[in-house]
Amino acid sequence: MKSLVILGAGTAGTMMANKLHHALNPVEWKITIVDRDNVHYYQPGFLFIPFGLYQPEDVVRPRTDFLPKGVTFIEQEVDRIDGNHDQVILSNGQTLHYEVLVVATGAEVVPEETEGMKAELWYKDVFDFYTFEGSTQLAKKLENWPGGNLVINLAETLIKCPVAPLEFTFLADAFFEDKGIRDKVNITYVTPLSGAFTKPKATAMLSTLLDEKKIKVVPDFYLARVDNERKVLVSYDEQEVPFDLLVTVPVNKGSKMVERSGLGDEDGLNFMPTDKYTLQAKKFDNVFVIGDATNIPASKAGSVAHFEGEILLENVLSYIQGEAMEARFDGHSNCFIETGHGKAALIDFNYETEPLPGKFPWPLLGPMDLLKPTRLNHVGKLAFKWVYWHMLLTGKTLPVPTHMSMSGKITEEEIV
Amino acid sequence: MIMETLLTPTLELDKEGYLKNPAQWTPELARDFAAKANLVLTDKHFEVLNWLRAKHAEGVPLTIRKVGASGIVDIKKFYELFPGGPLKVSSKIAGIPKPASCI
Repeated sequence: MKSLVILGAGTAGTMMANKLHHALNPVEWKITIVDRDNVHYYQPGFLFIPFGLYQPEDVVRPRTDFLPKGVTFIEQEVDRIDGNHDQVILSNGQTLHYEVLVVATGAEVVPEETEGMKAELWYKDVFDFYTFEGSTQLAKKLENWPGGNLVINLAETLIKCPVAPLEFTFLADAFFEDKGIRDKVNITYVTPLSGAFTKPKATAMLSTLLDEKKIKVVPDFYLARVDNERKVLVSYDEQEVPFDLLVTVPVNKGSKMVERSGLGDEDGLNFMPTDKYTLQAKKFDNVFVIGDATNIPASKAGSVAHFEGEILLENVLSYIQGEAMEARFDGHSNCFIETGHGKAALIDFNYETEPLPGKFPWPLLGPMDLLKPTRLNHVGKLAFKWVYWHMLLTGKTLPVPTHMSMSGKITEEEIV
Repeated sequence: MIMETLLTPTLELDKEGYLKNPAQWTPELARDFAAKANLVLTDKHFEVLNWLRAKHAEGVPLTIRKVGASGIVDIKKFYELFPGGPLKVSSKIAGIPKPASCI
């Protein structure tokens, strides 16, 4: 009996457990999946909790609800991967031998990476919304916050769900408008990038939203520290931005387990060097990496993990059968962007192609509009929660092509 | 003269002046880009530029933090060499795309 071990039972790990269980002969292969707890969060829901649009219970379910019978779930912390001996060592000392390993340990926010972030003002005037605790604490804060300088900040550029801070900004504008206190709030978006939007078409089509909603953007701001006494963000080149309420996306890092295993990238962010096309780990042939845990230049997003999953399944099967791995991931990502007041935009892109306007998935018929805020897109984003719990996690095929398609997209040549 | 013109490819730049094809980069071009940014390139600058080009060729996403961990410069030195958004400025001079997010 051979062993396939999956580390991490989040979005990607759960999907792979289902896909591999379906594809592998249970007489030949034992599949084991490991996670340190049995709490599965619908992370896209964290964006809505601060504004009371979702309740905490809407985004939590047991991991085991989505794992197939026949796959063994071990609730233990992973100490490290010993790739030279094809084994995983758990915190309780247990070792798991593997013929094939799938690493799906994700990314986490690490506020401790920035001086002054997790300090006196943490969860008083400084919040994240990328964790269950952060988003629920922020919800309590926003219920009665009377107004002032709201600053939304990205501490680093390599974050999961890169559009979420922008969505938060748009939803905050709508939230305060609905409360009748928008004129009492200054909203500033502080980013290390050269703008809130960095791709030409997205900039052309969506950047007017910032002016319309009176959102100030401070670009090229690389956060060095949070001054808790003066309530000021300070950058590496000594720029300062004052705040009354700071909502920050802390530095994102891969699992500490990756660091303990000596398998992280040289920048110390604990993402695992992975082949961007085959999803094979660079260091060990029989190790594959999927989702937020990789260092590939695709976005860290659930849709990316879903498209990677289709490719990874094919390549793991080829690898097991001793055949050449032919499936290639193209970096495909498909994400809704909440723009406030019941509307959302949709973007669809990959390694080669920036988000383009047009219709998705069918030309003319759509029904979704790309790069344009519409009510239908917002309905799509909300409906996705059902799709996530009932179809995506259990490895079902969704009616969206794995590779990004140019079908329905409008390119430069077509715009007159 | 005509042969020279025929052999010299036209440099393709995007709307923000970044080189579209990293393979067209030369150290001379780097000096031209740098001059436009009021910078004179030293050996140290070129060490960073060559590192950036190598990492870009590997396909890994770049951050200021990553440059700071390169062993060539720390973050403070990176800011001193390429002031005003060091990754943005050095990427242009290195002939690689502007640092960008998904949108």
